[in-house]
Amino acid sequence: MNKFLWPALLAMSLTACGTTGQQATVEDRTEPQPTTAATTPSAQSTGVADSQVASSALPADPRKDPASPLAQRSVYFDFDSYVVKDQYRAMLEAHAGYLKSKGDARLILQGNADERGSREYNLALGQKRAEAVRKALVVMGVSNAQLEAISFGEEKPRATGSNESAYAENRRTDLVYGDE
Amino acid sequence: MTRAVSLLHLLFLILLGASFSARAAMEIQVVGGSAQQIAVAMVPFQAAAGQPEPPLTEIVAADLLRSGQFKLVSTAGTQQPTTPAQVAYGLWRDRGADALLVGQVVALEGGRFEVRFHLLDVVKQTQLAAFSYNVSAGQWRMIAHRIADVVYEKLTGIPGAFGSRIAYVQKQGTRYELRVADADGQNPRTVVRSGEPVISPRFSPDGSRLAYVSFEDKKPIVYVQSLRDGGRRKVAAFKGSNSAPAWSPDGRRLAVVLTRDEASQVYLINADGSGLTRLTRSASIDTEPVFSPDGKSVYFTSDRGGSPQIYRLAATGGDATRVSFSGSYNVSPTVSPDGRFLAYINRDEGRFRVMLHELASGQTRVLTDTTRDESPSFAPNGQAVLYATVEGGRGVLGTVTLDGQTRARLSESGVDAREPAWGR
Repeated sequence: MNKFLWPALLAMSLTACGTTGQQATVEDRTEPQPTTAATTPSAQSTGVADSQVASSALPADPRKDPASPLAQRSVYFDFDSYVVKDQYRAMLEAHAGYLKSKGDARLILQGNADERGSREYNLALGQKRAEAVRKALVVMGVSNAQLEAISFGEEKPRATGSNESAYAENRRTDLVYGDE
Repeated sequence: MTRAVSLLHLLFLILLGASFSARAAMEIQVVGGSAQQIAVAMVPFQAAAGQPEPPLTEIVAADLLRSGQFKLVSTAGTQQPTTPAQVAYGLWRDRGADALLVGQVVALEGGRFEVRFHLLDVVKQTQLAAFSYNVSAGQWRMIAHRIADVVYEKLTGIPGAFGSRIAYVQKQGTRYELRVADADGQNPRTVVRSGEPVISPRFSPDGSRLAYVSFEDKKPIVYVQSLRDGGRRKVAAFKGSNSAPAWSPDGRRLAVVLTRDEASQVYLINADGSGLTRLTRSASIDTEPVFSPDGKSVYFTSDRGGSPQIYRLAATGGDATRVSFSGSYNVSPTVSPDGRFLAYINRDEGRFRVMLHELASGQTRVLTDTTRDESPSFAPNGQAVLYATVEGGRGVLGTVTLDGQTRARLSESGVDAREPAWGR
C-alpha cells in the first residue's frame, strides 16, 4: 500500500512546489477537477508537502501530527463576514492535498455562529461559513463529492459566554474527517 | 437508633425528591392585565370524595387570569351555591361580579367523576352555559381547561385556547428533551430525548404530529413524529443542512430549508419525504418559512436586501415581496390564524423583542420588554403569542397578549426551556 502511495505523494509534493501546469496534470489523475484549480497559487504549500512525505514514512496518521497543518481544524471569521482570511490558505492547501491524495476521504465542514438572535437564522449563518470553506477547497481542486458543508448554528458553542470573545470563538468553521 | 431513623428520614426525602422531579412542571407568573376586565366569581365546586388535586376552579382561575381579560371576584364569606337554583344574584351583583360559575363533582363507579357546571350572567340573571362531563382522574386538568374555554368563549365571544398544547425543548446540562405540555406548561410529556440539540418543533395543523430538527446524526435533519404512537421518519436528510420545517395548512406538505444546492433555500416537500420542489431561488439566505393560513403564501426570512428581513412569496413560487421595514434585523415570522397579523423578532439597539405587525395597515408594535426573545408563535385562537426569552441567564417561555398588556412566564427552576411552538 505504502509503495503505491509513495510515488503519488512525491508527485504531489513536486507539483505543489512546482508550476501550476504540472499541478493540473497530476490532479487529473486522481480526481476530475474544475479548471479554476489551475489558477490557485500554491507557493505556500511547500511545508504541506514536506509533512506529508515525512508522515507517510511513519505509520502515524498525518492528520494527528501536531506539527502538520492538517492538525489545524478551525477557520475563524470576522464579525458579519463570510470571507476565508488569507492566514488559513496554507492550512486549507494542506487539507486539499490530503483529500486529493485520498479519494475515499470525506471532509465535513461544520459552520458555527454566535448565540445572538434566531436559532434558524444562525444555522443559516453557520452554513454560510461552512460553504465559504467548502468553496475554497473546491477552488484548490478538491472534489465536491468529498466535501459536505453543514451547520451547527449556535447549538454547539465552543465558548459559552455571552461576550465578544466568546462570540468571536464561535464564528467558526471546523474541519472534521468522516472517519474521525 | 437515632441514626437509623435519620437514614430512613433521608431515604424518604430522596424518594420524595425523586417523585417531585418526575412530576416537575412549569410554574406560571402573570404580570399586567387588560384595562377592561370581566369580573368572574367562581364558587369552588362541591367536591367528591377522592377527587384529584387541585380543585377544578383553581385551574380554571389560573387559565382565565393568564389571558389578562378577567379578574376574579372573591367568593369568601358569602353563600356557596352549587346549582343555579341556589344563587342569590343580588349578593353577587353587590360584589361586582359580571358572571358566576357554580358546579359539582360527583364520584362515579370505577374511579370516574361527573363534573357539572353552570355559567350564569349575574346582571341578566340568566344561564350562559351548562355542561356535564364524565371524566377519569387523568382527564382532570383537561376538563378544567375545557371549562375555562367555555367561560372564555361565552364571555368574550372568542374561542378559548386553554385546552391547547405547546411543544418546547428543555435543556439540562448536555441533555435535550423535546416536550409536549398543556398550554399552562403542566402535564409535560417527553417525545424525544437526545444528547444532541433539537430545534424548531412545529405541530401539524391537526396537532397529531410534530416536525422538528434533530442533530443526533451530527448534522441537522428534519423529522416528522407521530404524537399518537411515537413513530417517526426522516423527511429531509439531504446533503448539507436540513432545517426550519413549516406545515402547509392541509398538513400534507412541509416547507423546509435545505442547503443541498447552494446557500440555505426554501423547498417544499410532502410530509412523507417525497416530491421535493425548490421554492426560493436566490444567492442569499432564505430561511424560517411559514405558510399563510390560506396556504397561498409563504413568509420567510431573507438577507437578500443586505440585512435579515421578512419577505412573502406565492406558495407556487415567483418573486418575493419585502414585508418588514422597521430596523435592520427582523426574523422568525409567524402568522396569526386569521392571517391579519405577523409576529416576528425585531432587533433594536441590541434588544431582541417580539413585534406585532398588522399586515393590512403595516403598523407595528413591540409587545415585550425583554431583551433576548426568540421563536414567537400564535395561540390557536390568535389572542396571544408564545415566545422564548432569557431571564437570569436561563431560558424561559413567555406568553404575551396582542395588546401587550398581559405577560405570563412559564418556567421550571433549574431547567433551560427554549424553542416553543403553540399547537391545537
